[in-house]
Amino acid sequence: MKKTSPVLLWILPVVSGLVFVALWYGVRKLSGLQSWILPTPVEIIEAAWRERVRLLGAAGNTVVGALAGFLLAGAFGFITALLLGVSRSLRASLYPWLLVLQMTPVIVLTPIIVLWAGPGLPGIVTVTWLISYFPIVANMTQGLLSTDMNHVALFRMGNASRLQEMLLLRVPSAMPYYLAGLRIAATLAPIGAIFGEYMVGNSSGGTGGLGFLVYSYNTQIKIPALFATALTSCLLGFIFVAAVSWLNWAVLHKWHDSYERHDH
Amino acid sequence: MEAVAPIVKFTSLKKRYGGGPLILDTINLAVQPGDFISFIGPSGCGKSTVLKLVSGLSPGTEGEVSVLGTTPRQARDRQTFIFQDATLLPWLTAQKNAELPLRLRGVPAPERRARAREMLALVGLDQARAYFPRQLSGGMRMRVSIARALTLAPQLLLLDEPFGALDEMTRNRLNEELLALRERSRFTAMFVTHSVTEAVFLSNRIVVMAANPGRWYAEVRVDFAYPRQPELRGRPEFQANVNEVSQLLHQVEETIGV
Repeated sequence: MKKTSPVLLWILPVVSGLVFVALWYGVRKLSGLQSWILPTPVEIIEAAWRERVRLLGAAGNTVVGALAGFLLAGAFGFITALLLGVSRSLRASLYPWLLVLQMTPVIVLTPIIVLWAGPGLPGIVTVTWLISYFPIVANMTQGLLSTDMNHVALFRMGNASRLQEMLLLRVPSAMPYYLAGLRIAATLAPIGAIFGEYMVGNSSGGTGGLGFLVYSYNTQIKIPALFATALTSCLLGFIFVAAVSWLNWAVLHKWHDSYERHDH
Repeated sequence: MEAVAPIVKFTSLKKRYGGGPLILDTINLAVQPGDFISFIGPSGCGKSTVLKLVSGLSPGTEGEVSVLGTTPRQARDRQTFIFQDATLLPWLTAQKNAELPLRLRGVPAPERRARAREMLALVGLDQARAYFPRQLSGGMRMRVSIARALTLAPQLLLLDEPFGALDEMTRNRLNEELLALRERSRFTAMFVTHSVTEAVFLSNRIVVMAANPGRWYAEVRVDFAYPRQPELRGRPEFQANVNEVSQLLHQVEETIGV
């Protein structure tokens, strides 16, 4: 394959972005749609600037819920996977039910969660946790079961205890899987938090996160501000994913093949 | 003269996996202290299974295996296994990899560090201690694997085609290094290989095996004195030994119709 120059790789997305914005203006102009149906990018940025205090405050609240739910999912996901990885019978008894839980749409569970965990932060954190927990468990469990059989034989030959095999072999070799799970969870956690806020906001006044702003701008028909909220959520998700990508790099770059240096 | 107790003894050993076909049929074997014994034969002759039985990774079906006067599992502290793949843990440096067997046995850190360092120096890797496996060449990885095996000062070394994936030059050099290490550490070795030259260069005994079911076909003694030098490979007597083993292998293949 022909090698694309690195400069071009930076320029291309900028160009396609500009083309998209131009199309956007074109559609608005030709269709004669009103600003409250399809605001222009400039109107959205103006709305974002006008609403900056509310948006930033709301984003801050959303970060708290998303981060708490994400960290809980990361910790509990890790522990659950360890349990599932240790024992075949435990895996047989729990894994199908985890799947059932995963299959149940969160939208159905949310009213129940709000009823049990209460409105506000506890409910939001629970929804976030629920939505980001399963990919972590599934990936990490797969990782724990994918240990190289020769490595296992090496540990058996070395008279390693079950605990040593788990801590020195299975867990480290599952790290790339765990981090892949975290990466999926990082994209889901802000969505979970915003959705939780949207639902909780609906029922009790909410905590004023981005999800609540969506609800509130929508009922007030402040459409440019609604788009600005979408933009803010998008940036928030990006920060989450970037943070996990950094973690992934920090843990794996020295030894894992996915960071193979090209000069070697 | 008093008879020396064998390091490994198979008595009428039979092996099958589950209800499957016989993998090894009625094997009798006595490996003497200081032996370097190679197992060679067509694929499916069970030569790797022989090593698994000795290491206790897999139990015999009938008959008996005794290792260092006890059961294979009991003897694990005094024997080590070197796999075809270097089986280094990719997230550990060469140094930490070499320390692993000592770490599993709870040897204190300063002691195991010193020991691993010493063994890595012995295989010529004192400069590469901080490298991760993916930064090392295939030959270097195998050296780390050997250093790791030697940290325990084993009496018995089991090697399952350790140099099979290496180019010939590297393989020859590692053969020479392995014999040099043997001079120093005085281990007994059981070695599985596909290479006749390698088997003749390293061993004092070569067992030629047949397949379906796996069994002893012939044993060849190689009488060159140790330490052996690389020049040995060029000598006519060496070539005669190579020819003898090759012919036996050829006969084996004819009998089983490969």
